[in-house]
Amino acid sequence: MSVPKMTMAQAINTALRDAMTADESVVVFGEDVGPLGGVFRVTDGLHRDFGEGRCFDTPLAESGIVGMAVGMAMNGMRPVVEMQFDAFAYPAFEQITSHVAKLGNRTRGRIRLPMVIRIPYAGGIGGVEHHCDSSEAYYAHTPGLTVVTPATNADAYGLLRAAIESPDPVVFLEPKKHYFAKEEVDVAAGVPPIGRAAVAREGRDATLIAYGPSVAVALAAAEQAKTEGRDLGVIDLRSIVPFDDETVCAAVRRTGRAVVVAEAPGFASVASEIAARVGERCFHHLEAPVRRVTGFDVPYPPPKLEKHFLPGVDRILDAVDTLQWGDVA
Amino acid sequence: MGADPFEAAITVTRVLDESGALVRGAKKPDTAALSEGYRRLVFARRLNEQAGALVRQGRLAVYPSSRGQEACQVACASVLGEHDWLFPTYRDTAAIAARGVDPVEVLTMLRGDWHCGYDPVAHKVAPQATPLATQLPHAVGVGHAARLKGEDTVVMALCGDGATSEGDFHEACNFAAVFRAPVVFFVQNNKYAISVPLARQSVAPSLAAKAIGYGMPGIRVDGNDLVALQRVLGDAVARARAGEGPTLVEADTYRMEAHTNADDASRYRTEDEVAGWVQRDPLVRVRTYLTEAGVLDGAGEQEITAAAEDMAAGVRARLGEEAAVDPDELFAHVLSVPTSQLAEQREALRAELEFEEA
Repeated sequence: MSVPKMTMAQAINTALRDAMTADESVVVFGEDVGPLGGVFRVTDGLHRDFGEGRCFDTPLAESGIVGMAVGMAMNGMRPVVEMQFDAFAYPAFEQITSHVAKLGNRTRGRIRLPMVIRIPYAGGIGGVEHHCDSSEAYYAHTPGLTVVTPATNADAYGLLRAAIESPDPVVFLEPKKHYFAKEEVDVAAGVPPIGRAAVAREGRDATLIAYGPSVAVALAAAEQAKTEGRDLGVIDLRSIVPFDDETVCAAVRRTGRAVVVAEAPGFASVASEIAARVGERCFHHLEAPVRRVTGFDVPYPPPKLEKHFLPGVDRILDAVDTLQWGDVA
Repeated sequence: MGADPFEAAITVTRVLDESGALVRGAKKPDTAALSEGYRRLVFARRLNEQAGALVRQGRLAVYPSSRGQEACQVACASVLGEHDWLFPTYRDTAAIAARGVDPVEVLTMLRGDWHCGYDPVAHKVAPQATPLATQLPHAVGVGHAARLKGEDTVVMALCGDGATSEGDFHEACNFAAVFRAPVVFFVQNNKYAISVPLARQSVAPSLAAKAIGYGMPGIRVDGNDLVALQRVLGDAVARARAGEGPTLVEADTYRMEAHTNADDASRYRTEDEVAGWVQRDPLVRVRTYLTEAGVLDGAGEQEITAAAEDMAAGVRARLGEEAAVDPDELFAHVLSVPTSQLAEQREALRAELEFEEA
């Protein structure tokens, strides 16, 4: 049987649908997720097929949405809420950092919050202001949150199923530039564990470490490098928290060189954390300092300037070129 | 809602006046129930006093007292059923105790043992909220989930006058009204948010009047009148249980003590103002009514006082004990399964402690 092709939006929709079918405590709500099916159509048809009790629109208030999800999770449900865009999630920030992240710890595990906060995430779509933020560092910095971001449509399906099944709250960052690109998704492949990185491409010479929307860019850079005689591996983190030190460090120890690629501004970022971890754990294997290729430390730019901001193939390959290759010869 | 929703939201509902007399036209309270209520008021007052003393003795880090608000504390707990939920704030220790939670378990948080000392699920009492109003959307969620599951749970959500300025107060009221969630928002308007007086929080005709904008009833009640509170809150609970949606109840009361022991109330209010509220003490009017009704005499009063004293002695003794804390627990509950990083950090701390012991 051939594996069907679907967009990332369809893969996420299928994951929601399958989770709602499997477990009637799964409920989906947010802004415009009901009859409209979400501004990206991710929840298309769920209101029609599962009814108002399972998929519903709320008043336009992100703190209220996340806060209500906390209460529903306290009372036996598995809410999956949608924040319409990354930068529109900030009104919910207090709920997420002060309660979603802490309630399990506060109550010594008596209350667990099996809830998912889905956030259309990052740039590359020519979006206007407040529609393209890379906000992962805020969440990753907050103990108690699991932070997941898929780079493939198959992972969008599998990791969302895993996030919904998790007993703990998950921030699920959906790279919106992938929403409408088709790939094969085998929904029968099973639910992957959260916290394991994937080797997206094996390579001997250097390791590119990326997540979410940057994985495709890293893979393109590796493809380009091949034509220039360099064999670059690519690690797709899949989950930022928990962080898979083992897979990342194993790859870097083999190659001795690493470049971290991420869209978010680099200062005090997830990319910085990765570089630090790799430096601490792989120092004796490294031929060169770990480089970071990230967004500049500027607010997300207007559409006509975003191509200068986003890490691209050339910038990644330029960073790879600086990894002290001359010293080896 | 009635023909004039403003009337109930602005006029203060009262059953017993400040002198302990039945308000003209009000239905007489059941004296047996009121006797039990009085006992609980005395316990709540004694708990406030005991917790304050434990702060002065250095046994608790801090205690936000509800002295003067005991009628609110007792009433909101007494109108709930076993399966209902209470969402308290840091000032609602006495309400949690009135709900049946061991006061020692409540106060261990302020002794510094852990951020919540009681089992919220067993008691259907959420952890005490410290950030203002953030617990209110949770209360709506618990209520909405109950409704979706076909359960008749009601949620009593507490906050103060200061919290009504927060965005989450607005969002919770609006969500509850839109979803007809079985929630009673109970605002204890004690006139101060630390030092900032009510006039700087709101110039609305009343806090209960805000309910009208959300399309739910708002009721203003004398917050020092136990009987009135139990009636108003009981009606709101019944309404929620019947599927008629949320109610906002504002209690007109007063915080008799400073915000906490770390606060100096003399910097922002006068002794005369406080003295005026002494005349409106929530315990005195019930005691007077019961005494004049011939239900409470000196011996009865002594028995209640002695029982409250026993409770306080128990709290004092058990909170005076030094509880063992477990450094491993820092890592145990962050997630259901600790990450490898948390496990590493736990091992590092263990090694540090073993080295110190050696």
